[in-house]
Amino acid sequence: MIGLNHYLILSGLLFSIGLVGVLRRKNLLMLFFATEVMLNAANIAFAAASHFYGDLTGQMFAFFIVAVAASEVAVGLGLLIVLYKKQGTLDLDDLATMKG
Amino acid sequence: MEKFVYIALFAPLVSSLFAGLFGMTPKKMFVGVIASLLLASSFVASAILAYHVNLTGSGIHVTLMDWIGAGDLKIPFGFIVDQVSVSMMVVVTLVSTVVHIYSIGYMDHDKSFNRFFSYLSAFVFSMLVLVMSDNFAGLFIGWEGVGVCSWLLIGFWYHKPDVSPEINPSISPSWAANEAFIVNRIADLGMLIGIFILYWNVGSLQYDVVFAELPNLANGVLVAAAIALFIGAMGKSAQFPLHTWLTDAMEGPTPVSALIHAATMVTAGVFLVIRAHPLFMMTPEVSYFIASLGTFVAIFAASMALVNRDLKRIIAYSTLSQLGYMFAAAGLGAYWIALFHLAAHAFFKALLFLGAGNVMHAMHDELDIFKMGGLKKAMRWTYIYMGVASLALAGIPPLAGFFSKDAIIETAFNEGTFILWAILVVTAGMTAFYSFRQVFLTFEGDERYKEFGIHPHEMYKFVLIALAPLGILAVIAGFFQKTFQGFVTDLLPNYEMSEHTHHLAMILGAVVLVFAVGGIALAWIKYGKGLKRNEKVENGFFYKLLKNQYYIPQFYAEFISKPYAMISEIFWKSVDMKIVDATVDAIAKTIHTTGDSTRKMQTGNLSNYLNWMGVGVVILLIAAAITPMLG
Amino acid sequence: MYEQIAFYLFSVLTVGLFLVTVLSSNILYAMTSLAAGMVLISGLFFLLGADFLGVVQLIVYVGAVMALYAFAMMFFDASKEIKEKNTSSSLVFLLGGLMAVLLVLMFAAPILGENIQASYPPEVGATNPQAVGLVLFTKYLIPFEVAAVMLLVAMIAGIVLAGKKMDESLTTMDDEEVTLQKDKK
Repeated sequence: MIGLNHYLILSGLLFSIGLVGVLRRKNLLMLFFATEVMLNAANIAFAAASHFYGDLTGQMFAFFIVAVAASEVAVGLGLLIVLYKKQGTLDLDDLATMKG
Repeated sequence: MEKFVYIALFAPLVSSLFAGLFGMTPKKMFVGVIASLLLASSFVASAILAYHVNLTGSGIHVTLMDWIGAGDLKIPFGFIVDQVSVSMMVVVTLVSTVVHIYSIGYMDHDKSFNRFFSYLSAFVFSMLVLVMSDNFAGLFIGWEGVGVCSWLLIGFWYHKPDVSPEINPSISPSWAANEAFIVNRIADLGMLIGIFILYWNVGSLQYDVVFAELPNLANGVLVAAAIALFIGAMGKSAQFPLHTWLTDAMEGPTPVSALIHAATMVTAGVFLVIRAHPLFMMTPEVSYFIASLGTFVAIFAASMALVNRDLKRIIAYSTLSQLGYMFAAAGLGAYWIALFHLAAHAFFKALLFLGAGNVMHAMHDELDIFKMGGLKKAMRWTYIYMGVASLALAGIPPLAGFFSKDAIIETAFNEGTFILWAILVVTAGMTAFYSFRQVFLTFEGDERYKEFGIHPHEMYKFVLIALAPLGILAVIAGFFQKTFQGFVTDLLPNYEMSEHTHHLAMILGAVVLVFAVGGIALAWIKYGKGLKRNEKVENGFFYKLLKNQYYIPQFYAEFISKPYAMISEIFWKSVDMKIVDATVDAIAKTIHTTGDSTRKMQTGNLSNYLNWMGVGVVILLIAAAITPMLG
Repeated sequence: MYEQIAFYLFSVLTVGLFLVTVLSSNILYAMTSLAAGMVLISGLFFLLGADFLGVVQLIVYVGAVMALYAFAMMFFDASKEIKEKNTSSSLVFLLGGLMAVLLVLMFAAPILGENIQASYPPEVGATNPQAVGLVLFTKYLIPFEVAAVMLLVAMIAGIVLAGKKMDESLTTMDDEEVTLQKDKK
């Protein structure tokens, strides 16, 4: 029988994969993909908790996360475009302008 | 009636804040006028309250708000207007009103005119808090408040440079202000300890609660509390051995000396003893000590006044001496007589000081009476005022001083303490001598000021008119002795002379009078016709001893100030620099090095930051995983 | 039985696809696998009975978000192999592995707090979209409105940042250039 634990473990694994991506990627677009993976992992955990406790709150949170993810993509991609126009690259290492 | 309490109390505060608004601006006449009007309204309110209290025979007790509430400690911001506090209020507000008006003339040319009024009114407010408070905490707040104002006002001309003690014994106004403040701090510690003792044993600081509880306390506790409170009183009233600050305090402007260091603040110690009379009545040994110390200070201060050449310092010594009289009366249980002398003394001493201020004003701040003389032609009214005040001080009937001082001396006789009586009688003679030595050297004889090129002139008319109430009171206050006795003994224990003393009253009075007239006559013989200096006397041992104030200031400097400075230096160099500072520096250095070494984390590369963030997340996760295991 | 098969199938596939997303150096592969993984996640949602959430996942993520990424990819001309100097893999995999182990350990432990009270249980007899609608438009009305405003802000931000003229952007210009631009019009 599949229980809450199974879903949470899956969610944790996917989250870790996302973290590996965030840490590993240098291309900003790819980095965005990794964050999407992490957000989806969180969504699974919420939906599972909602299901197994019979409470809709989890799903509500998942909806809001979807909304946040959508906004993030819209704004984030806009920023990437501006950045690309300015720098001609999306590589993180070339963005070391914050060096003190 | 409550509103009169608030008017009397808060009018000076309003005046102070109003004058404070203009503190940094050039002289504005209206500031002085409004401050004086507010003070006058405070006086009127006090007078109405006095009338009311006299009529009803009971005090007014108001509680403005709860002030401190911490655990069992509850201190309301409460005020009590009873026979004792209302007499003090009337005296304080009357003298301060006159002094405010006087200051408009006296401080005429001072660039800090507005600031002066702000401080002066703040002082009056603090003094009223001290007098009117219904608990020891409020009394202490007022006590400290007058201390601060006294410090501000003594050091009013803070910009004057320091000079060596040979030229000016009080070095500089700021030095004198600090001395007064520090000496008072020492005494205030005693006062605080006294308040703590009472609180620990009673659990309240309200006068009525404390006094009702006193009979249940052990004798040792009572004696300790009485001694500690009296130490506080000694500091504020400049009793030996804490007396040095009062004469140095004469560095302040003369109206300040008149108001604070003659009429009001220095009498706070006497007021405290009177206010806490149930405590002192239960500790006769402490009371007897108070009486003895007061008597000692009376003759001690009078002796120093005999040879001093500084116009204001002579009056300051006489203030000390008169405070000694008050303490003698209070210590012997004649509280109403002490309070009566306090009031009468406030009138004539303030008048004397303000007269001296006129002389100073005329002589361009010259204070050496050896350089004056013959001023009566130029300053007729000042001569009259100072003459009247000095007659009152010397105790010549029918002026105020005769009634009040004679009563104290009679009390000493009545209590059977003949040594105290004898000393007080001799002191009365000395008082008469030094007062008239000063008056004659200033106003009679040859005009020695001419060789210094000074052209003395009389004070403004309105100032002279403003002094009239004090002059009149100095003359007539004594006639109200019986009325006053009836008024305050509703609250204070009555003190009547025994039958035996009563029979001898005439003779006793005559003895005192003989001494007083003798003193004046001696002063006339020696100084009436001008200054004749006697080198042999001036180089004599006693003259030098008195002139140097028994070498007490030097003693304090050598045996207290200097060792203290040495110890401070040692502590500064070995403890402060090597332990305290080193610890603080070490903490700062640790943080600095940590920051410096971890600065390398800030590469400016975003992916490095992300890695660090990942590390942080993992650490947090580990913490989250471990926490439930640890329970 | 079918549920188990479906869960394990979806799980394995999602993990595999996301691993491709994260590790592949070809952006096209990465994006495609991400889209596929998201479709499978919507399958998990259907399994959990969250029908509406599954549909939203399909429409918003797979439909809209992935389309946006596709356009972005075309704009950046990233269809070719991307040369990345990836962070030293040992650190990354150590951190990721540690995290995974920790999370699995934590989630595999028996869940405490069994007696959790559901604050918003689904309406009896209502289908999932109905129940979601009931809660969303009553208890979560204000967050819902705020989310709507947020999306509007994001849309405007996207338009301003990306701009109509893709070759020039007001945000990258100096003030003088902006005024020049205005004068031209």
